[in-house]
Amino acid sequence: MNLDWDEFIVTGEPFIHAGQISILLTTLGIIFVLTYFKKWKWLWKEWVTSVDHRKIGIMYIIASVLMLIRAGVDAMMMRTQLAVPEMPFLGEAQHYNEIFTTHGTIMIIFVATPFLIGLMNVATPLQIGARDVAFPFLNNLSFWTFFWGAMLFNISFVIGGAPDAGWSAYMPLASNDLSPGPGQNFYLLGLQITGIGTLATGINFVVTILKMRAKGMTLMRMPMFTWTTLITSLIIIGAFPILTVALAMQTFDRLWDTAFFTLQDGGMPMMWVNLFWLWGHPEVYIVILPAFGIFSEIITTFARKRLFGYTSMVFAIAAISGLSFLVWVHHFFTMGAGPMVNSFFSISTMAIAIPTGVKIFNWLATLHRGRIQFSVPMVWALGFIPNFTIGGVTGVMLAMAAADYQYHNTYFLVSHFHYVLIAGTIFACFAGTIYWWPKMFGLKLNARLGHWMFWLFMIGFNVCFFPQYFLGLDGMPRRIYTYFPEDGWFGLNFISTVGAFMMGIAFVIFVYNIYYSYRYQPRETTGDPWGGRGRTLEWATSSAVPPHYNFAKIPEVKGQDAFWQMKQDGIDPNEIVEYQDIHMPNNTGNPFIMCVFMFIGGFGLVFHWWPIAIIGAIGIFICMIQRSFSRDNGHIVSAEEVRKEEEGIREGQAHENG
Amino acid sequence: MMIITSGCGMTVLDPEGTVGEQQRDLIILSITFMLIIVLVVLILLTYFLVKYRERDGHRGYDPNIDGSVKLEVIWTAIPIAIVTVLSIPTVYTIFNIEEVPEASTENEEPLVVHATSSNWMWIFSYPEEDIETINYLNIPVDRPVLFKLTSADSMASFWVPQLGGQRYNMAGMETELYLQAGTEGTYYGRNANYTGEGFAEMRFDVNAIEESAFNEWVADVQEDAPELTQGIYDQFMVPGHVDEYTFSGTHLEWVDHAIDAEYAMEAWEREGYEPMNPHASDAPDGVPRLDIDVEAGSVETEDTQNEETPQEQDSHHHH
Repeated sequence: MNLDWDEFIVTGEPFIHAGQISILLTTLGIIFVLTYFKKWKWLWKEWVTSVDHRKIGIMYIIASVLMLIRAGVDAMMMRTQLAVPEMPFLGEAQHYNEIFTTHGTIMIIFVATPFLIGLMNVATPLQIGARDVAFPFLNNLSFWTFFWGAMLFNISFVIGGAPDAGWSAYMPLASNDLSPGPGQNFYLLGLQITGIGTLATGINFVVTILKMRAKGMTLMRMPMFTWTTLITSLIIIGAFPILTVALAMQTFDRLWDTAFFTLQDGGMPMMWVNLFWLWGHPEVYIVILPAFGIFSEIITTFARKRLFGYTSMVFAIAAISGLSFLVWVHHFFTMGAGPMVNSFFSISTMAIAIPTGVKIFNWLATLHRGRIQFSVPMVWALGFIPNFTIGGVTGVMLAMAAADYQYHNTYFLVSHFHYVLIAGTIFACFAGTIYWWPKMFGLKLNARLGHWMFWLFMIGFNVCFFPQYFLGLDGMPRRIYTYFPEDGWFGLNFISTVGAFMMGIAFVIFVYNIYYSYRYQPRETTGDPWGGRGRTLEWATSSAVPPHYNFAKIPEVKGQDAFWQMKQDGIDPNEIVEYQDIHMPNNTGNPFIMCVFMFIGGFGLVFHWWPIAIIGAIGIFICMIQRSFSRDNGHIVSAEEVRKEEEGIREGQAHENG
Repeated sequence: MMIITSGCGMTVLDPEGTVGEQQRDLIILSITFMLIIVLVVLILLTYFLVKYRERDGHRGYDPNIDGSVKLEVIWTAIPIAIVTVLSIPTVYTIFNIEEVPEASTENEEPLVVHATSSNWMWIFSYPEEDIETINYLNIPVDRPVLFKLTSADSMASFWVPQLGGQRYNMAGMETELYLQAGTEGTYYGRNANYTGEGFAEMRFDVNAIEESAFNEWVADVQEDAPELTQGIYDQFMVPGHVDEYTFSGTHLEWVDHAIDAEYAMEAWEREGYEPMNPHASDAPDGVPRLDIDVEAGSVETEDTQNEETPQEQDSHHHH
């Protein structure tokens, strides 16, 4: 690809120039701070090379929050552009098109998925009483593929130009003929690199959960979040290879003129649509099932009750995951597949409402005869129930194919999927982060600020998206960069924009709360900081932030809600008679370096700069060879060290309490 | 309910044809069910939160309840019942709108119109009448219209909300859609599926007129409108916006995009159009408005060596 310099660096848009300057300043700022405080070595040893599941989880969450800011700013710009008819804010359509494409892609691939994977990393090994995941090296590799894939995707808006074919990248629109330039290549390579890590995470958690549970933790005693992690991981293993193959095929079409999905030479554009949604629909459940798990944990904890209908909850998740592979055609009922096909997929889609309905009523029944405390995580979980229900029932409406012909591609659809993805996934990300915050950082986020954030976000969310159902019914299509006064869509659009900014302010409160709480919140002294309400094993550790080996002695599980059971039986899981050696994995710098080479190789491919792509490929292979021939059996934490650490924790607690 | 159905005058709930009416009925039915479900959830949630919130003199706390087969069977059965009740009219309507809509006039034979999308305009061909229009459409009122949909390039979606639901236009394929206008009037139609830069303005008017007026219009066009040649037609393959145009003859004489997916790209070459990185320094700002030369004759292709090659028109190209 022959590019002039002014094509390589994106020019001409004031917002993009602002972005370029802020990226430069932030980078310089980070380098300065790390150098000034001599933190480079700390960063490398404690974080970059860490195989500790909790640190990897925290890195996942931090990176996802940064991506949430990026895609959230995209959303603000879109809502500003649509606030009034014929708004000149973003200029021509091109800029808007790039923004909605990156908004959608980033929110799904670089926010929802990794955020939940981060929470899985933090909580799942603790919940099953394990000291780490099954493949700690692979876990670190997963994180860095996500991070560098995200970086490759994100630089597109300042270098080369952002993709503009929508997050679903339909062919032939995404082909070289209709989307010329490097933009779409960033999408393909960025997602491809990230996808490797997601698939590895899926494998990692299936093995971890099946092989590393503490004694006595049978499958039907596992916490609900662990169950959803297991099933989600299975969906990942089933679905992500489809994305990998589809992305590779489109990449070949764009880079080497194959004709899988092109208009020329008998390509089949509709095959892309099918493959994309064969992955894309299960992906929806990849980001919603862990949310269900998080809400189950929070609701039982703060209603102080066992989960109502545990068994039917497990079967419901399994049913949803099975159905998730049988409904992909509902994303394109309007393709004219014929009434028989559309009827089948209508019914299979509506069938998902059955297990989902069961879950909603089980959560409600869990509240019945409970002792409900309105903590910050709990209000998010309670807000989820009615808002997600609205998203769910409008999903049933969309599933009715004959009616869908009128909703398809409209703001009705936009509103529906934001009601499930925000009220489901994003609510859960906030709720889970706040719930497990003491497990990660040893303190609780301030509750007062937390409640402010919740109410502002929840109300803003409804103000933003509820009017969009009506815009859809009034014929406003999605993805238009502007509309005209005579369309009559001004009032509702304006309200919607106001709601979007309320959500933006709520997020700022969240960020401020992190700072405020770090400064002023008291540090937690026990492993069970939510008023002793903890029910599952992550709260059974010896301190709020567990030692790096998690449990000095692996707890023995006697029933569902293992820790709750122990408290009922008067057992202290941290009372240890005899300490034992603990085998732990070593840190490794290999994955980080390998993923930097993936980034370099991907960057070379984006611009057809083959020497750079080849350098990247060689680097990746060298890293793989290094890993294959290195002998790393981890290290032993001696019984003596464990004893010292545990006694130190106990003394600290006695000191705090005394 | 009344507010939703009548108060706002929303396009989709205010149809003017039999297809749209069936879809509206289905939508109203589903909204009714869904409102009930949301209401039940909200009431139960509010009741439990008020009654079982932690407070002084808390009553009824029982930490050991872990399920009830009876209740769980009930709330598995209820969604099954609702889904079943909604499936029946859904499947019925899915099949029904594939059929020729019932017409109130004598002329029940559907009018056939080929609707072809091309970035970023609409091309309507009336094969039986042998006429073609760009970016607008006249149809007789009360007579079913069979749209045969295809695309010259990106996938579009043909949608006239007040007449009925949409369907995709795809290059190399043909989909069919029946619509019918019940009352005279001009309806807003558009592409509903994102196709890139010119997507937002990719709209057209549908004028539903009396059958006699329609026939008169057809006769006028056949007589007076310039004849569509391949040289004219190729100019419409170049991405951009155009005004409304009317021609006698149809492009179906030399290309059916449902069979030949490559035609537009070949036309680009003939017209000297090359796709360009939108971030290139000499890329145009926004979507160009194309100036169509309606005098252009036939074109030179490999099969027909013709001397009447159209002059290269700079205004058609992205320079």
